[in-house]
Amino acid sequence: MFFDLDEDERALQEGIRDLLAGRVTMDVVRAAADTDGVDRLLWAELADAGVFALRLPEAEGGLGLGMTHATVVFEELGRCLVPGPLVATHAAARLIEGVATGDRIVTAVAGGSGVIAHLAAADDLVVTRPEVLRIARPDDVVGVAATRPLDPLTPVHHVPDLPTGQPLGEQAAAPAWQREAAVLTAAQLLGLALRATDMAVAYAKQREQFGKPIGAFQAVKHLCADMLTRAEVARAAVYSAAVHLDDPDLGGVDRAVDAAVVLAAEAAQRNGKACIQVHGGMGFTWEVDAHLVLKRAMALSASIGANDERLDALAATA
Amino acid sequence: MDLRYTEAEEQFRSTLRSWLEHVLPTLPPEPDRDDWAARRAWDTAWQRQLFDAGYAGLNWPVEAGGKGASPTEHLIFLEETERAGAPYVGTNFVGLLHAGPTINAVGTPEQKAARLPKILSGDEVWCQGFSEPNAGSDLASLQCRAVRDGDHYVVSGQKIWTSFAQVADWCELLVRTDPDAPKHKGITWLMLDMTTPGIQIRPLQTIAGSGEFSEVFFDDVRIPVSNRVGDENDGWRVAMVTFSFERGTAFVGELVQTRLMLGRFADLCRKLPKGNATVWDDPGIRREVGHLAAELDALWALTKRNVTQASRDGVPGVGGSVFKLAYSEVRHKLGDLGMRVLGSSGLALDDLGEVPGGEHVRGWIHAMSISIAAGTSQIQRNIVGERILGLPKER
Repeated sequence: MFFDLDEDERALQEGIRDLLAGRVTMDVVRAAADTDGVDRLLWAELADAGVFALRLPEAEGGLGLGMTHATVVFEELGRCLVPGPLVATHAAARLIEGVATGDRIVTAVAGGSGVIAHLAAADDLVVTRPEVLRIARPDDVVGVAATRPLDPLTPVHHVPDLPTGQPLGEQAAAPAWQREAAVLTAAQLLGLALRATDMAVAYAKQREQFGKPIGAFQAVKHLCADMLTRAEVARAAVYSAAVHLDDPDLGGVDRAVDAAVVLAAEAAQRNGKACIQVHGGMGFTWEVDAHLVLKRAMALSASIGANDERLDALAATA
Repeated sequence: MDLRYTEAEEQFRSTLRSWLEHVLPTLPPEPDRDDWAARRAWDTAWQRQLFDAGYAGLNWPVEAGGKGASPTEHLIFLEETERAGAPYVGTNFVGLLHAGPTINAVGTPEQKAARLPKILSGDEVWCQGFSEPNAGSDLASLQCRAVRDGDHYVVSGQKIWTSFAQVADWCELLVRTDPDAPKHKGITWLMLDMTTPGIQIRPLQTIAGSGEFSEVFFDDVRIPVSNRVGDENDGWRVAMVTFSFERGTAFVGELVQTRLMLGRFADLCRKLPKGNATVWDDPGIRREVGHLAAELDALWALTKRNVTQASRDGVPGVGGSVFKLAYSEVRHKLGDLGMRVLGSSGLALDDLGEVPGGEHVRGWIHAMSISIAAGTSQIQRNIVGERILGLPKER
């Protein structure tokens, strides 16, 4: 048992951090709001780095890595608020030609939902249902774009009728997609929870009131401590789910995935709110980045949804 | 990352499991919880059985008489003994988890030879004299005074929260030897023979009605200087040695027990009628149980992460305080949920009629000690905020 990043995973973490640091600044993130939500140049760089091809076999141009590696990468993508349908594109890499190389952008929507994120930027739309995946052309979708999306970096369309599309992949592809997308989204949420903590702590060290940094006051310090606690508990759950997906013989895969989603979503949302609280009045302004973390947390949480069903499934394990 | 146990670890687990299956049915019934003499006898008899089977001091170093097991093996040991319903460490707690490891780390060869084997075999029981009425969270402000008189220290003062004082043979005692030095620099760590004249023990009754804690009063109690562990006025550092000994496994037994308890609580909800259905058919209750299950699974994973880091780095990572904070919250939530479901069936500490609710009422009360003992949740948040996140001190 070695339940921490091993040497390879650490190297991968450093690699993706090096790529994103300085490259994906908050200015770059915000600039995507003025386009269709995806920075094509950045997308190509992420593809070159292997973000989408990571888990493809080497024979198919991939890196032959597992879910634990992908989780490490998606945690960093979440931390840097990289916009775009990253999880859907990663999950589709083995199913649709041209996705792994970054030439096609894929977004996904859960069957039955009336809201699609990143529709305008997508080359393909995958409709996910527990038993089957279907692929449709975004051009065939009739919908209305929200003029004020909650997360300015997650544009959404209201689509009353999802297109039927064509079957995609073999039957096992659907449950695999559901689990993997859930864990990678949870990894992004974990990254957001950690980013919110970092931002709050940095501000609490620098902002002075009553003659000292506000982080010296226990009222603020304890908010920050609770943020880290939620993030670290979520981290344990997310990493555990990734290991379970790589090693199904451990048993209890769905239970591990459900716990990861529930706890990572909660950590990201609550830490996002706490981050705004620590920033005080400035936290309520558009120019401070805190709201972007919280809003992304909501958008990503909604993308994997079904929280009540997950809690019911978890209750059945008790 | 992986969560696989090695073949050797699985072998260790199965050997332990069959030993437990063999030995547990032969144990006498657990004594009354207020009969301290009987409880000591029961706990030490179990320790003796562990000793004879080669499991005593599993995580102690070999040179101290232990087995030098890896943190992972220790984790397996704690998990399996708890799952099998084996006796808890009980009155041997202070000796095995605090005093023994401290003596081994800092004591002289004579002190080690005299005390360690008897702790491992269950022949000697220890208690802890650290906290004082005016030295709780701020432990280093302790005032219990020791004055040097030839080859003895003469101790006067008071301790509180001393577990198992009424049945202990020895006490690990922190005393103030230099009242003029800064508070961390004037403390000394002593081994006190509890049969020494001048000691008065007054049991405290907890809100659970139990009496494991005592106040202990010292009136010119003479302790040989040869019973000092470490240097005079270096006792704070000596005391800190034990805090780094746990290696991330401090609450493993409790965690396993809580997961089993959540299962019994879910079973209770599935049976308890509510309207035309059962409590379990209420999604509000059921999903709270689901949330607690997720949190407990995550805390089990966090434990494995802490143990991994302790194995790699030799010291526990920063996860200890994070774990304790989160675990305390889970226990409070489970306790509150239990009381909410039980309603008037929760108005007694034992089962009322057919409803097996007593343990959840006791658990509700127990939660209040978890967020206080061994560093309150507020102190844990200070530790996380200052030592991990690097926020400035308030003072």
